[in-house]
Amino acid sequence: MEKGNFMKRATKLFATAAAVALGTAGMASAQTLDKVKKQGTLSCGVNVGLAGFSAPDDKGNWTGLDVDYCRAIAAAVLGDATKVRFVPTTAKERFTALQSGEIDVLNRNTTWTLGRDSSLGLSFVGTNYYDGQGLMVKKSLGVKSATELGGATVCVQTGTTTELNLADYFRLNKLEYKPVVFEKADEILQAYQAGRCDVYTTDASGLYAQRLQMQQPDEHIVLPEIISKEPLGPSVRQGDSQWFTIVRWVHFALLNAEEAGITKANVDQMTNSTNPDIRRILGKEGEFGKGIGLSADWAYQAIKQVGNYGEIFEKNVGSGSRINIARGQNSLWTKGGLQYAPPIR
Amino acid sequence: MTATTNRQGPGPLVPPAKPSLLYRPEFRQAVYQILLVVGLVAGFWAIAHNVSENLARQNIASGFGFWNRTSGFDISQSLITYNNQSTYGQAFWAGLFNTLLVAALGVVFATLLGFIIGIGRLSSNWLIARLCGAYVETLRNLPLLLQLFFWYFAVLKNLPGPRQSIVLPAGATLNVRGLYIPAPVPEQGFNAVLIAFAMGIVASIGVYMWARRRQLATGERFPVLWTTLALILLLPGAVYIALGQPLGWEYPVLRGFNFQGGIPIQPELMALVVGLSTYTASFIAEIVRAGIAGVPRGQREAANALGLSSGLTMRLVVIPQALRIIIPPLTSQYLNLAKNSSLAVAIGYPDFVSVFTGTVLNQTGQAVEVILLTMLVFLTISLITSAFMNWFNKHIALVER
Repeated sequence: MEKGNFMKRATKLFATAAAVALGTAGMASAQTLDKVKKQGTLSCGVNVGLAGFSAPDDKGNWTGLDVDYCRAIAAAVLGDATKVRFVPTTAKERFTALQSGEIDVLNRNTTWTLGRDSSLGLSFVGTNYYDGQGLMVKKSLGVKSATELGGATVCVQTGTTTELNLADYFRLNKLEYKPVVFEKADEILQAYQAGRCDVYTTDASGLYAQRLQMQQPDEHIVLPEIISKEPLGPSVRQGDSQWFTIVRWVHFALLNAEEAGITKANVDQMTNSTNPDIRRILGKEGEFGKGIGLSADWAYQAIKQVGNYGEIFEKNVGSGSRINIARGQNSLWTKGGLQYAPPIR
Repeated sequence: MTATTNRQGPGPLVPPAKPSLLYRPEFRQAVYQILLVVGLVAGFWAIAHNVSENLARQNIASGFGFWNRTSGFDISQSLITYNNQSTYGQAFWAGLFNTLLVAALGVVFATLLGFIIGIGRLSSNWLIARLCGAYVETLRNLPLLLQLFFWYFAVLKNLPGPRQSIVLPAGATLNVRGLYIPAPVPEQGFNAVLIAFAMGIVASIGVYMWARRRQLATGERFPVLWTTLALILLLPGAVYIALGQPLGWEYPVLRGFNFQGGIPIQPELMALVVGLSTYTASFIAEIVRAGIAGVPRGQREAANALGLSSGLTMRLVVIPQALRIIIPPLTSQYLNLAKNSSLAVAIGYPDFVSVFTGTVLNQTGQAVEVILLTMLVFLTISLITSAFMNWFNKHIALVER
């Protein structure tokens, strides 16, 4: 009698366990938008510390271009740019964090490649910074070009496209080199400054940002060669096209706002504009917000609380920052750059 | 319902009725065991199925197809032939051998240092005992990662650059890029020296066995140490000189950015081996001290009474008994050392975790497969180490007569 009972219990227990194990199969594709709205915060994966893109300032507030993208998405979706939970990730952890659902969007100066788009279960929504890989050396070495680097020791970060480009570049140019691979950018910085490596390589923007952290920034130069294309941009999980569309169009809205001359400061006046382009962006005409599952003023909120693309760029990496990178390729297409957004209509 | 109920009442003894199959204990046991196994298999299958289904639905690549794909990245130190045109599979082996190298070097140095410090702590010399005590208390109470950072960033990184290298005796060079030692280049006839060396070792073993037998039989002792040294060093030395020194040296030379030639030893490797062995040595020292202290005092007194010198007492009486106490916890320390070597990633040494669980995982994006393999590798390393130490423990265990 007792044993029979035990059997029943065991069977039941096993059935439950199996149901739990199998049942989770249906969970991962839950709609990200609903989840974010329900929780009231956006979980955003950012860099653990890269000046200009995402780094905590001296008061502990996250600042940077990628950070502002997180805020813009939160403003568009939740109406409040402060409703972001920043999740610092290393190069190694970032994709797993997105795949597992720990973060809703990855804004971590991440290069868009076919391999990542196709085998990691994520989709890049666009390019918020056109970059390329650069090489930095000490001025005292007297090196003027990357082709003189035969036999050099190179410091590089693990799990990046940088590591692969480096190997390709030196192989194609028939140059020898020794890589020293670290996991965190500050470890590389320390090793490079101590003279462990002749060369520090990463995205050019990263080199300029890291140079500011050095004891004597003037003693280092970034070589003229840019050895790769590094389109950096936000990415989301595959299989949730609604969320993909939202993140992508927040990016486009910031670009369109700059193109239309809508800024953080003038956005309220602009709502009275008669220009149909501006009226559509700000939700005064058409039902575009509803179409992507947001309120009508989604773009207004993002611009009002964070600023347009140009403002975000200048404040974090451009003339308004210590890094002071020229707009260059990141200018709007109307000014000879590559930043181009489809129209909101 | 037990068999006794059948015996009630008069009449011939009725054999107890066979209980139905369901109530037989052997049958039930078998059923439960089968159910358990089926349950376990089904459970694991469900988990595996769930994982692969989820990965497929999220469009994340799975399977081990990446093994034979070109890796495209370089590794700074490899014991096997490896470059950026090699496969992920070769990167796996390159990383694994780097980890095994660190573990092997670490075990040797930690054991040597640990025994010296452990015995030193028992020394009657006040200064030596206190110094060893201070060593143990400092090193085992600081986090290992901190110590690795200390050795790497605070000590080795403060060495001069390649162009201001510290010149060491015998053509070796030390700078921030590592230690460069001259590489021996055997020339014609060097094989004869190696043969002489091998013969010296074989002859030494012969002498040792003969001397032992003679001592057991007659009590006379023979200077084994000196004979052995002469056979192993002088014999090949004489051959070497007789053949006109057939060994060249390739010295490290500064060419371009770095020293070329010789045998380079990376600072990452040095920092890791030094950090791991000094840290583990502090634990081994305590184990050794406990082992020696665990040998009953009477054993020493008996040895003294027999007239053995203190050195001989240690070697013949105390250490063999102490080893029996030392070996099992020593095994744990070796296992710890092998596993701790994965902290290498923090100081840029290309160990297995850094190369495979770091770079390969990231470039392929196949976390499940890579982590599974990593666990399998560490499990295998640990089990092999344990098996060897258990064999050794059995070998030296007390043989009761």
